[in-house]
Amino acid sequence: MPQPTLDVRNLQTHFFTRDGVAKAVEDVSFSLGSGEVLGLVGESGSGKTVTGFSILGLVDPPGEVVGGEILFKGRNLLKLSEEEMRNVRGNHLAMVFQDPMMTLNPVLRIDTQMIEAIQAHQKVGTDVARERARDALGKVGIASPDERLRAYPHQFSGGMRQRVAIAIALLNQPELIIADEPTTALDVTIQGQILHEVQRLCRETGTALIWITHDLAVVAGLAERICVMYAGRIVETGSVDEVLDRPLHPYSKGLIESVPSHNQRGRRLNQIPGMTPSLLSLPEGCAFRTRCPIADVECRRLPSLHEAETERRIFCHHPQRETA
Amino acid sequence: MTVFIIRRLLQSIVVVFLMSLLVFVGVNVVGDPVDMLINPEADQAEIERVIRHFGLDKPLHIQYGHFLLNALNGDLGKSFIFGMPALKLILMRMPATLELAFSALILAVLIGIPLGVYAGLKSKAKVSRTIMAGSILGFSLPTFWVGLMMIMVFAVMLGWLPSTGRGETVLVAGIELSFLTLDGLSHLLMPALNLSLFKMSLVIRLARAGTREVVHQDYMKFARAKGLSESRLIFVHLMKNILIPVVTVLGLELGGLIAFSVVTETVFAWPGMGKLIIDSIHLLDRPVVVAYLMIIVLMFVIINLIVDVLYSILDPRVRLQDMKT
Amino acid sequence: MEVLQNEDGRTEKFSKPDPPLQRFLENFFESKVSTGAFAVLLLILILGLFAPLISPTDPYDLAQVDVMDSRLEPGSKSYTGMTYWLGTDGAGRDLLSAILYGLRTSLSVGVLSGLIALAIGGAFGLIAAYFGGKVETLIMRVVDIQLGFPAILVALVLVALLGKGVDKIIVALVVVQWAYYARTVRGSALVERRKEYIEAATCLALSHQRIVFRHLLPNCLPPLIVVGTLQTAHAISLEATLSFLGIGLPITEPSLGLLIANGFEYMLSQRYWISFFPGIALLITIVSINLVGDQLRDVLNPRLQK
Repeated sequence: MPQPTLDVRNLQTHFFTRDGVAKAVEDVSFSLGSGEVLGLVGESGSGKTVTGFSILGLVDPPGEVVGGEILFKGRNLLKLSEEEMRNVRGNHLAMVFQDPMMTLNPVLRIDTQMIEAIQAHQKVGTDVARERARDALGKVGIASPDERLRAYPHQFSGGMRQRVAIAIALLNQPELIIADEPTTALDVTIQGQILHEVQRLCRETGTALIWITHDLAVVAGLAERICVMYAGRIVETGSVDEVLDRPLHPYSKGLIESVPSHNQRGRRLNQIPGMTPSLLSLPEGCAFRTRCPIADVECRRLPSLHEAETERRIFCHHPQRETA
Repeated sequence: MTVFIIRRLLQSIVVVFLMSLLVFVGVNVVGDPVDMLINPEADQAEIERVIRHFGLDKPLHIQYGHFLLNALNGDLGKSFIFGMPALKLILMRMPATLELAFSALILAVLIGIPLGVYAGLKSKAKVSRTIMAGSILGFSLPTFWVGLMMIMVFAVMLGWLPSTGRGETVLVAGIELSFLTLDGLSHLLMPALNLSLFKMSLVIRLARAGTREVVHQDYMKFARAKGLSESRLIFVHLMKNILIPVVTVLGLELGGLIAFSVVTETVFAWPGMGKLIIDSIHLLDRPVVVAYLMIIVLMFVIINLIVDVLYSILDPRVRLQDMKT
Repeated sequence: MEVLQNEDGRTEKFSKPDPPLQRFLENFFESKVSTGAFAVLLLILILGLFAPLISPTDPYDLAQVDVMDSRLEPGSKSYTGMTYWLGTDGAGRDLLSAILYGLRTSLSVGVLSGLIALAIGGAFGLIAAYFGGKVETLIMRVVDIQLGFPAILVALVLVALLGKGVDKIIVALVVVQWAYYARTVRGSALVERRKEYIEAATCLALSHQRIVFRHLLPNCLPPLIVVGTLQTAHAISLEATLSFLGIGLPITEPSLGLLIANGFEYMLSQRYWISFFPGIALLITIVSINLVGDQLRDVLNPRLQK
């Protein structure tokens, strides 16, 4: 088996707040190979965004990566110096953020923001960098890129800005792109276009992709494998088809059943009872047990992430039990 | 845009007009204009000449017309003390004041922005707390007293810097400048620092508040995700965002610096127009006082006008809002 | 649970969101710095108020002042055996006593001008907010124009035109300050005015006076208190500056600014104390008022409350 592009092992990221330690990411492990697309799914606050920031080394205080390993092409990113890490960011490893209205600096022109991303990693002249920036804009489907390079972000629509952000992420041909809900803030029609564009570009360049989302429909059409996160932990991983068709963890089951679909017309939607617990006061043992329909005494004990089937791991004491 | 500028221009003219009316009323109604405008030591013939010149024997509204007409012609009376036109006297002193005010402005920016940005970036550090405590002091300390203390420490006790005057000056395009000679620079340093202290505190606060807001923006994180160096993050991405509000505020504060130079010039015996006005008030040299008031009002109106127009160019939202009202 | 929620809803609808006095005090004294500043301010007020009773000598009673004692260093003794803790000034006055009397003058001019400005500015602000339309435009235009000029300049113009004297300084300080109060009151009164209870009061045909004084005014108080505190510090500083320039209070009413100015000439001969100690007194006064004002702003600002 070839070396995976990214291999995250037992990652722990904690936030040391005044009210206590919030374990935003706890014991998270996953890996993906070159050109692979991984969907990271969960509710807001489940730790998926923090996982993304942890990989890039962009966790702000009071947050801190406190344990685990992030092996990127065999190198542990957590052991790198700040300067080495800076060189990895935006060069081998890029990220696209959730809200395109906020990711571009409002007072700098698009060309400035693109050229600096190239020149931060390669010694090339401004003319060469500008040409590459223009090509990148063209690739993500922006018309008359020459003209658009001289524009300011506020002259672009949300969808266009996200295209620019994706173009910036692609500039240095990274091996991995982490996309943090990049389509959530956009119109549905634009969502489809962006999704299609990213899929095409990654396939063309062989770039691996982590797609963070709460939208199962997006993952279904895009990713090969999926990780479901709940309260900072991965509760289920497997191939997209298997997890979506036949979820084993009661939380995944609840999540999938709460999505409206055509063949459920007229039926009441299932919903997961209760609310996401605060990271500061998680229930002992399995964090989902207070909302879980099949929880019992055993769930007060912390389960382990074990291989339930081939290529299928799950964090639950009773993966097979019927929920109904 | 043109409509906006024309409207602001008209407003400014109205303000100047109102202020001239106010000064006129102050001189001619509240006080005795003969007292105000005529040298107490003048003889009867001189008094009558001045009364005729200013039309003091005519009704008030005609007098005001005279006053305006004379003012428009640059005739704001003659100084009793110096025996020369008040306007010319003030214009002669103006470069010294402007040099002081601009030096103070530059010091406020050069020192204030780095300190403010640092305090914003490392808001928990001890140094930052010291900076902020210093800025509170800077707001509270009376300028004139700080000036005195500076003289006491640096001029009297340590003997490092001269305490009064402009020092050696160089003539550039007919204007005397201090900052081009070492001696002049040593004379300029203390007054400029003294005058800038208040504005520096303001710049520190603005820069810190701006920094704290900007560092948490997504675009800063995105810029870091691009792998930019720390210096590029701070000096390009952060600076450009905080500079716009700071510069705008500072433009408005330039007028304040010119007004406040009255205090600093008195403390350091800096021969600018601020010291001239105080001396003139003491010596009852009223034509100079009136001329100073008219000139400073005009300066203010012009500065405010320029800043307003500049701001509307910088920020399109302001322009649109203003058009609607 | 439901009952509780109902009650919450009711209290919110019918009572003003004014925090109770106790919570206000708790919040205010939470910070050690502002508690200390408040204590210092209180002490300064007492010292100023009772200056004639506290100070060792009456610095303006010629019988008690000996020119032989002039320019003595801090801690020196007079012929009569009294210690001049802060030294004496050029005329042989005990500096400590002079500072206490000066404090009294500075404080009273500052506070008095502040109160008058508050009454005038507050009235204009309320009128502008309540009546709106052309009245409001006119008042606020004047306010805007005046605030476009720095306070020191406005004061300078007025003093140059009016001449010296306590009453004239107070007039100048009032003119400088009223615009701030007018703007503050109008701002918060406008917010209040849009609320439903004012509409209800208008529907009940309550008189203008009653609506303005019983409903609008009380809601403008928190920001007024904050602006009032900070403005008073500003006024004291401005008066000191004008007095230092020799165009403020007359020599018969020496404030701290004038004491500092008097010490100026002696400073060059290393007699620092004549200017230094009055300046420290001025500084402590202004800093403590500013700190109290800052804390008041934080505590009274509804946006910052949890």
